[in-house]
Amino acid sequence: MNLETVIGLEVHVELKTDSKMFSPSPAHFGAEPNTNTNVIDWGHPGVLPVVNKRAIEFGMKAALALNCKIATHTKFDRKNYFYPDNPKAYQISQFDQPIGYDGWIDIEVNGEAKRIRIERVHLEEDAGKNMHGEDGASYVDLNRQGTPLIEIVSEADMRSPEEAHAYLETIKQLIQFTKVSDVKMQEGSMRCDANISLRPFGQEEFGTKAEIKNLNSFSYVKKGLEYEINRQEKVLNAGGELQQETRRYDETTGGTLLMRTKEGSSDYRYFPEPDIPNLEISEEWISKVRASLPEMPKERQARYVKEYGIPEYDAVVLTATVEMSDFFQETVEYGADPKQASNWLMGEVSAYVNSEQVELSETALTPKSLAEMINLIADGTISSKIAKKVFKELVTKGSDDVKVFVEEKGLVQLSDPSKLLPLITDTLDKNEQSIEDYKNGKDRALGFLVGQVMKQTRGQANPGIVNKLLKEELDKR
Amino acid sequence: MAINEETVKQVAKLAKLEIKEEDIQTFTTEMDSIIDMVEQLEELDTEGVEGTYHGISHHNVWREDKAEEGTDKEALFKNVKTRKDGYIEVPAMFDNGGSEA
Amino acid sequence: MNFLDYTLEELHEKLVNKEVTAVDLVEASYKRIEETDESVGAFLGLNKEDALKAARETDEKGIDPDNILSGLPIGIKDNILTKDVVTTAASKMLEDFVPVYDATVVEKLKAVGMITIGKLNMDEFAMGGSTENSAYKLTRNPWDLNKVPGGSSGGSAAAVAAGQVPVSLGSDTGGSVREPAAFTGLVGVKPTYGRVSRYGLIAFGSSLDQIGPFTRTVKDNALVLNAISGYDSKDSTSYHGETTDFTEGIDKGVKGLRIGVPKEYYNEDAKEDGVIKAVREALDLYEKMGAEIVEVSLPHSKYGIPAYYIIASSEASSNLQRFDGIRYGYRSENVESLEDIYVKSRSEGFGLEVKRRIMLGTFSLSSGFYDAHFKKAAQARTLIRNDFDKVFKEVDVLVAPTTTTTAFDIGGKIDDPLAMYMSDILTVPVNLAGVPSLSVPCGFSNDMPVGMQIIGKHFDEQMMYRVAYAFEKETDHLSRKPSLKGGA
Repeated sequence: MNLETVIGLEVHVELKTDSKMFSPSPAHFGAEPNTNTNVIDWGHPGVLPVVNKRAIEFGMKAALALNCKIATHTKFDRKNYFYPDNPKAYQISQFDQPIGYDGWIDIEVNGEAKRIRIERVHLEEDAGKNMHGEDGASYVDLNRQGTPLIEIVSEADMRSPEEAHAYLETIKQLIQFTKVSDVKMQEGSMRCDANISLRPFGQEEFGTKAEIKNLNSFSYVKKGLEYEINRQEKVLNAGGELQQETRRYDETTGGTLLMRTKEGSSDYRYFPEPDIPNLEISEEWISKVRASLPEMPKERQARYVKEYGIPEYDAVVLTATVEMSDFFQETVEYGADPKQASNWLMGEVSAYVNSEQVELSETALTPKSLAEMINLIADGTISSKIAKKVFKELVTKGSDDVKVFVEEKGLVQLSDPSKLLPLITDTLDKNEQSIEDYKNGKDRALGFLVGQVMKQTRGQANPGIVNKLLKEELDKR
Repeated sequence: MAINEETVKQVAKLAKLEIKEEDIQTFTTEMDSIIDMVEQLEELDTEGVEGTYHGISHHNVWREDKAEEGTDKEALFKNVKTRKDGYIEVPAMFDNGGSEA
Repeated sequence: MNFLDYTLEELHEKLVNKEVTAVDLVEASYKRIEETDESVGAFLGLNKEDALKAARETDEKGIDPDNILSGLPIGIKDNILTKDVVTTAASKMLEDFVPVYDATVVEKLKAVGMITIGKLNMDEFAMGGSTENSAYKLTRNPWDLNKVPGGSSGGSAAAVAAGQVPVSLGSDTGGSVREPAAFTGLVGVKPTYGRVSRYGLIAFGSSLDQIGPFTRTVKDNALVLNAISGYDSKDSTSYHGETTDFTEGIDKGVKGLRIGVPKEYYNEDAKEDGVIKAVREALDLYEKMGAEIVEVSLPHSKYGIPAYYIIASSEASSNLQRFDGIRYGYRSENVESLEDIYVKSRSEGFGLEVKRRIMLGTFSLSSGFYDAHFKKAAQARTLIRNDFDKVFKEVDVLVAPTTTTTAFDIGGKIDDPLAMYMSDILTVPVNLAGVPSLSVPCGFSNDMPVGMQIIGKHFDEQMMYRVAYAFEKETDHLSRKPSLKGGA
């Protein structure tokens, strides 16, 4: 049977606030276990939640970036289930009135564009963390408990793991541009569950779906979905029937494992959270948040092409991440030629960041230093060859003033003819044979002579000028 | 009979309670009469009536996003029965569940 | 020194005049507890050392003449968190639970210099109307030790009625302050929802719970409510309005006021006609004092009991899930798995009535029943609330009996949960509507106190106290004191 894959994704994104969603304890990473927690996070008797206003605003911002409508009447609900990382045994979430709904994003796979609809974006609190020990025990750290989250639920619009991957990449990119989250899958600030089912091509009705949890990297998403397509296909092609179930991606085998079937599924007993009054979001507030949205990747790409005259390909690459895009813009604002800035960022800078496995922000390079360096190349102060050396310094150690730096290090290019002429005369005097070769039409002789001059100046001579002066002098002989 | 012993067992499972086998019948009878009582509401016409889910009808209550230091860790652990290296210790979870968040 | 002989203002005067010290009052309280609590059984725990220390500090600092409550002893219901002092909610589940923080009301009491004497018995997690559901002890009614003090704040009521403390705090989700106040001849208030912070009150029905004081007199009650009410940034459901002095205008009388008489609250099949009789006499007196008595209707109040039991139990089923034996509270000894910790700890830690409510609530929220139960109850609640809003356009307050009977015998209803639930029939609509209600003594039936509730508009406790005060001034019910006899 020829089967079509149907995929919908649920993506959780942690919001980068100072304090937690419903308690004032710090929402920061990396602390000792159970230190960024308070009685509210621990679900002590008598505690009450108080909403973090910025989390609401961040949620709206993210929803708007995903082209959602914003609910003017919204509220929080309790989702009830027992688990050690869920201290109240209910998670405060949003059930039937999510803050954002009816959105969409455009993705591209193999050069083909496709629109994926987003059903909803809702706000909720994150759970703590369980660490499974080898001694038959688990260990609970509640530092993450209460961190603000948004859950982005797509419609079942994707038809392949590649589309799911592209959707995820695009979500990451868009959210990143809004700066409400770090959206790093490896750090858990972006997490993904998938619903996947198969159906014969042409059939409108969905097949029996499986929910796959723990798809916590881009490659797991692809691998997990591919595995699942295979598994479901085998069952269906053998004439079997699938059951609705929840499965878990196992990173060691690359397969998925059964967690529970539908009969064993929980009844979350959602009901409106009585401790939190409803939210009424004014059109005015929505407009304000909308106005605060930064320029998104598509808009930036168009502007780069139009304003900076760089190729569309460059514009797309430069806006892949907000970090790169911001860096590029600032570099241009510091006076660098846009195309040169683009070349450096897409070339040397990207190569460095990739080979060292670091973020651009973790290097010592700044837009100012990159711009200064590009300008020094442009005005001939340094050669492109020297520039590579300078770049190494800038990216590893950094510099506040690149001009002063190259002067101090003696990296400035020798372009003054009055200083170069004696060297050229000297070189010609010592290389009679080369002059003859040159006169006999051997172009290589000129290259050799340029090389000699460069050698004498330890590479600092401006090769263009050396070339020009050498020709003039040769013609005189 | 609105509910039977099976329903009582299912609800108990959701609530993480165990009703002893010898008590289940009495419990079911009691629950049944209580549920009968609350189902008096059926006779009430509530067509188009908004539900009231809060004790007070104001809205938009929030705080500014400013972190405050957490509660002293030792104070929090005072009531914890089993702990290890700054973690709360619990028996391992066999259901392979993981939180829903 | 017997607290039954003095109002809070009188005690304050004695402190200011140095006739007594705060230490004297605290010692008198413990002495009275020692003498009477074996038969009354009001207290679950005492914190004598801390109380005496606080009293000495107050005496050294000197009594602030402008702060009426400074240096006065108070008892606290055991579902209100007191830092470093064991708080159990009368449940085995919290037998050794030591709170890490003070409830907002406790902070406020400390701020005005009141001295906590100890923690008071109650129905487990405030679920019940007789205090017989305590995991620890029985509390008896000081007017007749064979009878219940009411509940769930039975310990809070009995302690004040027995003269052990001049004032106590209780909590009222469906009548848990007003019913015991009525049963023990005290003044007890369920403030407007949002008036008093719930932060640090162990939640039962989150959209219904309010903390309120028990006192012997109306003005005392207003004074204590003054101290504990006000906006709390830790409770999003607390009221943002300006703070009010509830004693202001308390003595303006009732002339020209319109008192509503909700007919549905009088049409009981009157198992005990002495109750309605006492309330009717009160209405006659109001009329004599110049108030206009207006019959009104609250037609949906008859759905109060089913709506209340669904809503309160549903919220409770969720609120009580945090008691899982992991971070605090009781943990069963024989556990091998996580599921064991949950199921065994909860099954052994919770009492029967608590389990019943959790079960009812879990059922009412479960898929397939949510619409017919929880949602329907929330809609009924709207109709009940609308009734109140409507009649309050015509009248200043409502007056009704607090209970259908006076205090019943210990053991009389404990095996019949439905009968017990029905005793809340006159109190629960007030919680569902969120309005304030004050129960005041209005006479006796079969030698037991009768309470009448004065129900006010949202956030108009002032009017409620004013109407109650006018009645108290014209009557002599306070002169009769409990016998501390009978049975036991």
